[in-house]
Amino acid sequence: MVLKAFFPTCCASADSGLLVGRWVPEQSSAVVLAVVHFPFIPIQVKELLAQVQQASRVGVAVLGTWCHRRQESEESLGHFLEGLSAIFSHEPWLQLCRERGSKFWSCKATHRQVPASPGAPGQDQVMLIFYDQRKVLLSQLHPPAALPDHQAGDATASAGGLAAVFDTVARSEVLFRSDQFDEGPVRLSHWQSEGVEASILVELAKQASGPICLLLACLLSLISAASTSRKANMLVSVFLDVALGLALLSWLHGKDRIGQLADALVPVADHVAEELQHLLQWLMGAPAGLKMNRALDQVLGRFFLYHIHLWISYIHLMSPFIERILWHLGLSACLGLTVALSILSDIIALLTFHIYCFYVYGARLYCMKICGLSSLWRLFRGKKWNVLRQRVDSCSYDLDQLFIGTLLFTILVFLLPTTALYYLVFTLLRLLVVTVQGLIHLLVDLVNSLPLYSLGLRLCRPYRLAAGVKFRVLEHEAGRPLRLLMQINPLPYSRVVHTYRLPSCGCHPKHSWGSLCRKLFFGELIYPWRQRGDKQD
Amino acid sequence: MEAEQSFSDICGGRLALQRRYYSPSCREFCVSCPRLSLRSLTAVTCTVWLAAYGLFTLCENSMILSAAIFITLLGLLGYLHFVKIDQETLLIIDSLGIQMTSSYASGKESTTFIEMGKVKDLVINEAIYMQKVIYYLCILLKDPVEPHGISQVVPVFQSAKPRLDCLIEVYRSCQEILAHQKATSASPM
Repeated sequence: MVLKAFFPTCCASADSGLLVGRWVPEQSSAVVLAVVHFPFIPIQVKELLAQVQQASRVGVAVLGTWCHRRQESEESLGHFLEGLSAIFSHEPWLQLCRERGSKFWSCKATHRQVPASPGAPGQDQVMLIFYDQRKVLLSQLHPPAALPDHQAGDATASAGGLAAVFDTVARSEVLFRSDQFDEGPVRLSHWQSEGVEASILVELAKQASGPICLLLACLLSLISAASTSRKANMLVSVFLDVALGLALLSWLHGKDRIGQLADALVPVADHVAEELQHLLQWLMGAPAGLKMNRALDQVLGRFFLYHIHLWISYIHLMSPFIERILWHLGLSACLGLTVALSILSDIIALLTFHIYCFYVYGARLYCMKICGLSSLWRLFRGKKWNVLRQRVDSCSYDLDQLFIGTLLFTILVFLLPTTALYYLVFTLLRLLVVTVQGLIHLLVDLVNSLPLYSLGLRLCRPYRLAAGVKFRVLEHEAGRPLRLLMQINPLPYSRVVHTYRLPSCGCHPKHSWGSLCRKLFFGELIYPWRQRGDKQD
Repeated sequence: MEAEQSFSDICGGRLALQRRYYSPSCREFCVSCPRLSLRSLTAVTCTVWLAAYGLFTLCENSMILSAAIFITLLGLLGYLHFVKIDQETLLIIDSLGIQMTSSYASGKESTTFIEMGKVKDLVINEAIYMQKVIYYLCILLKDPVEPHGISQVVPVFQSAKPRLDCLIEVYRSCQEILAHQKATSASPM
């Protein structure tokens, strides 16, 4: 297999030294984490590596040598580097070399023991893959399908494929603490040595941000025990909610808008009631050219008209208090926009209470009629519904039973269009109100469950949320090892929303379209916001 | 080493296949689709604007005309950025994986990388597409649970849809690398 050497881009300009990293034998890949510079004492290097290995549980070792020839004649350095393979033995021993001013490197990987099969050389073909260490350290891989049997926090980093590279770099944070500019016994070069900030203020801010982040994390951990990204999302959502609510509050309370709203409310309710009265008058006449049964029509129409009259009187009774109530309800917007929207939904439900009542009356009447019709239709055919066995059985009826049954059946059939029309009209009105309420609930759900922090992170720091990697082939010369650049492939926005979505309150209607149509046809009442486990009617 | 050849897609449009052999273990195949034709663009724009003008004569509202211009512009930008694919590339690297890149007309690139450990095989499959029977190249992924099963079929060159002769060229080249990969992974190291 071709040997893959993962080399950090920050070390490409570093001075000569030893390569320190992790060797993954299953994929024949060497992940280089840092370069140890001269002069060093081998014992101290081995001690440091043992410390890092213990702290991070990653098998860090000396993988080979790195030679960066700045002058023309540095042959002695080459011999010295070759002698190092005797002190730090590693199988295979990697030797990377870069000429000054040349883009193409030379790589050699030698095995100490000659392999058993004859003809195979002691050297391997090497492929160089450059990676941005800081980005790989900070990024989090999102695999397409999380395997359920993969335990988090394994003793050894045994993740497959490229996830092993990410895992290695992420766990070796201990190694990145000391730098070549620090006063330790060993001088390392890694992503931290890309340069200290030029401005003292930025450097101070960076140093101060550590304890501040720790404090925020502690505060968040007091609130809930969820993961950090979920906490951050919830916090940002609540923040945005309250901000929008305060904006709404300031808009409502300026220029006496509450008073205007209260003044407009009673005329609007009156107007709705008037429209309903016109509708009922139309139904009592000859609606859409249909001929209704006069007596039943008059009874139902007068009953509903009286209901509307009661409702109007109730609204007029409430009118002096409406402004005060609205003002206090408007104050609730400071708790958040979602609270204000939920209160609006409840106000709509209260104001259209008469429509709900009419729907229930119409539905019950229609349901009774349908039940009666179906049972009398069975009688017509000589069958009966067996309640015990929950099936239709044949039954022999007496003559007078048949006679009365047929009479009743005929009466119900002729009264069906009238009842059905009233039921249809009021069901449509009720569905309209339910749709409006549903839209408001959807908006509330959206504000609550959108993961704004993760979306912001995806926008500003796309390498933090990685869906995978992508490779780019760099300039190539025949005879030289292949050079690739590994970049992070960020997660698409749809997957960010899908993965980090906060759980909504789950008050979606659980009916399918089929069951809804069935309920409408048979006149059963529809409860849109009822949960599945609630007590049935 | 670079080589370019021209083929045709299933509808008869001209395609260009560019092959780059970076090394014995790394090859790249680039299929470029036919460009957006001026004729179809003009036809769509004229239709939309004629419809808008018809509505304008009915409603006497000049907002309709500005809305039509706005819609045409947005629609064109959206089409170039989300729909029209200019080039599709397949990069196969021995012992690393297979990478598929689609570059859109607006310059956006969307990349998918599949690790070699997950790839079972690369095959040419037949499919019924509308009223035609077409050939398409696809990558078979291994099932982690079942050793001989296939968990997913990933089609390659989905927008370019080249014909069988082009697919055979790509298939032969890729199979050389996959065979080498299987030989080296099977031998004990």
